[in-house]
Amino acid sequence: MKVELKVNGQAVGMDVAPNTLLVQFIRDHLRLTGTHVGCDTAQCGACTVIANGRAIKSCNVLVAQMQGAEITTIEGLAGADGSLHPMQAAFKECHGLQCGYCTPGMVMSGVDLLAHQPQATEAQIREQMEGNLCRCTGYHNIVRAVQAAQKTMAA
Amino acid sequence: MGANQFAAMPHVGESVRRVEDARFLTGAGNYVDDIRQEGQKYACFVRSPHAHAVIKGVDATRASQMPGVVRVFSGQDIDGKVGGLPTGWLISNPDGSPMKEPAHPFLAIQRVRYVGEPVAMVVADTLEQAKDAAEAVDVDYDTLEPVVDMRKAEDGPALHAEAADNRCYKWVLGDKAAIDATFANAAHVTRIDLVNNRLIPNAMEPRADNAHYDRASGESVLYTTSQNPHLARLLLAAYVLRVPEHKIRVVAPDVGGGFGSKINLYSEDAAVIWASRELNCAVKWTAERSESFLTDTHGRDHITHAEMAMDKDGKFLALKVHSDVNLGAYLATFGPAVPTILYGTLLAGQYTTPQIYVEVDGWFTNTAPVDAYRGAGRPEAAYLVERLVTRCGWELGLSQDEIRRRNFITQFPYQTPVALQYDTGDFPKCMEEANKLADVAGFAARRQASEAKGLRRGIGYSSYIEACGLAPSHVVGQLGGRAGLYECGEVRVNPTGSITVFTGTHSHGQGHETAFAQLVAARLGVAIDAVEIVHGDTGRIPFGMGTYGSRSLSVGGVAVMNALDKIEEKAKKIAAHLMESSDADIEFTNGEFSVRGTDKKVPFAEVALAAYIPHNYPLDKLEPGLDETAYYDPSNFTFPAGTHICEVEVDPATGVVRVDRFTAVDDFGVIVNPMIVEGQVQGGVMQGIGQALLEQCVYDPDSGQLLTGSYMDYTMPRAADFPEFRLGTVCTPCTHNPIGSKGCGEAGTIGSPPAVINAVLDALEPLGVGDIDMPATPYRVWQAIQAAR
Repeated sequence: MKVELKVNGQAVGMDVAPNTLLVQFIRDHLRLTGTHVGCDTAQCGACTVIANGRAIKSCNVLVAQMQGAEITTIEGLAGADGSLHPMQAAFKECHGLQCGYCTPGMVMSGVDLLAHQPQATEAQIREQMEGNLCRCTGYHNIVRAVQAAQKTMAA
Repeated sequence: MGANQFAAMPHVGESVRRVEDARFLTGAGNYVDDIRQEGQKYACFVRSPHAHAVIKGVDATRASQMPGVVRVFSGQDIDGKVGGLPTGWLISNPDGSPMKEPAHPFLAIQRVRYVGEPVAMVVADTLEQAKDAAEAVDVDYDTLEPVVDMRKAEDGPALHAEAADNRCYKWVLGDKAAIDATFANAAHVTRIDLVNNRLIPNAMEPRADNAHYDRASGESVLYTTSQNPHLARLLLAAYVLRVPEHKIRVVAPDVGGGFGSKINLYSEDAAVIWASRELNCAVKWTAERSESFLTDTHGRDHITHAEMAMDKDGKFLALKVHSDVNLGAYLATFGPAVPTILYGTLLAGQYTTPQIYVEVDGWFTNTAPVDAYRGAGRPEAAYLVERLVTRCGWELGLSQDEIRRRNFITQFPYQTPVALQYDTGDFPKCMEEANKLADVAGFAARRQASEAKGLRRGIGYSSYIEACGLAPSHVVGQLGGRAGLYECGEVRVNPTGSITVFTGTHSHGQGHETAFAQLVAARLGVAIDAVEIVHGDTGRIPFGMGTYGSRSLSVGGVAVMNALDKIEEKAKKIAAHLMESSDADIEFTNGEFSVRGTDKKVPFAEVALAAYIPHNYPLDKLEPGLDETAYYDPSNFTFPAGTHICEVEVDPATGVVRVDRFTAVDDFGVIVNPMIVEGQVQGGVMQGIGQALLEQCVYDPDSGQLLTGSYMDYTMPRAADFPEFRLGTVCTPCTHNPIGSKGCGEAGTIGSPPAVINAVLDALEPLGVGDIDMPATPYRVWQAIQAAR
């Protein structure tokens, strides 16, 4: 079947099998491999992307459900000149990543969180980030990074 | 160079932001599953649904005819033709006889021994076709009674013909008769029974392999999620495929966490590279998370009884330990060594206990193979010693810090009764600093405040020690290790002055590309971004033993430093020639060579250029080029140590334990990048808290089915579980390496579990609860409270 949507601002149209997951479409068809698969079952959040302004786990939706949608992946977050998004910059500054595998999902969840709750408290940030698993950092610096981005983005 | 001189260099001790982050934060990382090779086929494994069964037959007729299927392989295809998976350590019984070492074929032959064991492999054009065909492979099983509980292994059905009682080995260290005599005369004996819960490592990146075979050269390239690509190549070449080592290249690119689980050479690694050679095409496999739960090597799983003999003042006289340890169905790469060499030798802890006797029974069971998991043997030792020491104090009416202080080792070097010799440390100071940082003085008031809310507050101590950077190789060899444990570093100065460093260690989150670049920048006086660190590719790096046991900086970093010494030595000769001076008069500081007592100088980059464009060069005495390699085999382990203090609040109505604050004061020796070190401690402590409060791998005791096979069943720590952290360091530089570093990767996971459980028990003591096993889940805590009523 034919799917048409926008990914990182670019219109894409492609023939895919109807059972193609959004994450397969992003990784295998578009070769945007920054979006990772950590559990295949919508539990770990490594595959988080933003679809029509909300963070979703792309391993858990079919691309067929995304007709006409606007998707942002980790590759689409930095500025055209390569400047990092404040959330990306904050993760680097606060050492919010180690092996980097959960990172794209964490960053996308953080962006979504602040888009909807710009005033989120630390407790709310911790609560909201529960859908993303990280085994390396112990989360402390991830939460600090989201808080740091919160400050930059408010400024 | 001495440690103090090293510590004073520019960039050393600086929290440089990580070089690798730029690619990870923009989606430009290159993990194995991101790799796509021309014409690649996809593999799907048919796995055993039974814990223990005889394979009567594998019928792939239906599967082979399905669309896109290239080939279906089973154990019959490898039987007698290729080798099995070897283990890297040989452990011996007290009588000197070797452990039982059964064959481990990468596709099961005749029998399956754990749920998830690979039985057949389907290779097809697409992943979907491979999965569909895997469903159509008919395997005929005769099920057998499984051995799930290691306490029943001895009398259970034998997994392997060579081990009728399912015992792989009995390992003993110490003099039992002497210990028994001490116990007979001791003023007080404290006893403890412990379970060190089985864990599943859960690196966020699932394991993956992508192999390609080049018919022209006969070379195979395997991209794999490995912590030690050279070791994987060595084992694949020598044991599995039996082809010359130079015909295999193993690449471990960006790897998404390991925690020990990516040390082991897995069935899938061997099957994928072998199939790519058989089929003359690229073959790819990526684990689904359920496969990770079933087949990644698991960690811990000890049942221990221990006794401490003391004099009337609480001075430790002798420690006696017996542990039953679960090795799983087959021996993993480090499997036999983890609960013996890396466990028994750590039982002195930070204390002067003069006599120690330890006995370990290693059992085969119908569960996934057990291997290193962050800390590997040392967390098990620390958990035992620190739980026991706290209990000793309580039985004698001594506080947790007092019982420790009375027994701390304070003279170094210190020869323990369990083989290791600690080179340095300052245990009382770590405790003193931790007491301050944790505000122990304010604990009584906080406890009162908790009680006013109907909650119980407790404080728990753990003064752990660990041994990092396994070495030296000849000792490791005497202990049964089948590999050397040195490290290799090559420093290649490029003609225009940039520097490429090749290290045999592997970074899967540790930030080597930054920390190692700091070393080089410090030593050569160049900018950090002029240095590139290359790791993880046997085609580019001379040799290496990989990363585990917190060895990268203290072993791999020193190899790089030694190569830099050679670079400096040669560069000085070139500089002397350029400045028409004698070698002995050349000084090298801040990236410049100068002639002592003159104003003549030449920058490093100019010397580099001269080395490669030797127009004005002492060709009669010196070869062109500036590229040096060093191998470093340490003379001893390093011994990071520290005191962790955990404070918890327990709700007696629900059994919920909340970690209120966690204090860690660690002595890692000289620290290169404090930001990275702090990140390692935070992540490590979180994993330790996970073990203490949340995580538990559970097999059904009757069927051997894995009950905790998903994130809905296996409780991973999440962002909201995080406590307040108070981190500090003490520095006694390692005495036997030139940079004074000890390693920091595992300390958090080693030190924290006993601190957490001691705190829980301290909180529950007024309710009459004397013991609890990990994980102290609300259910267990609540039950313990009810049982004590």
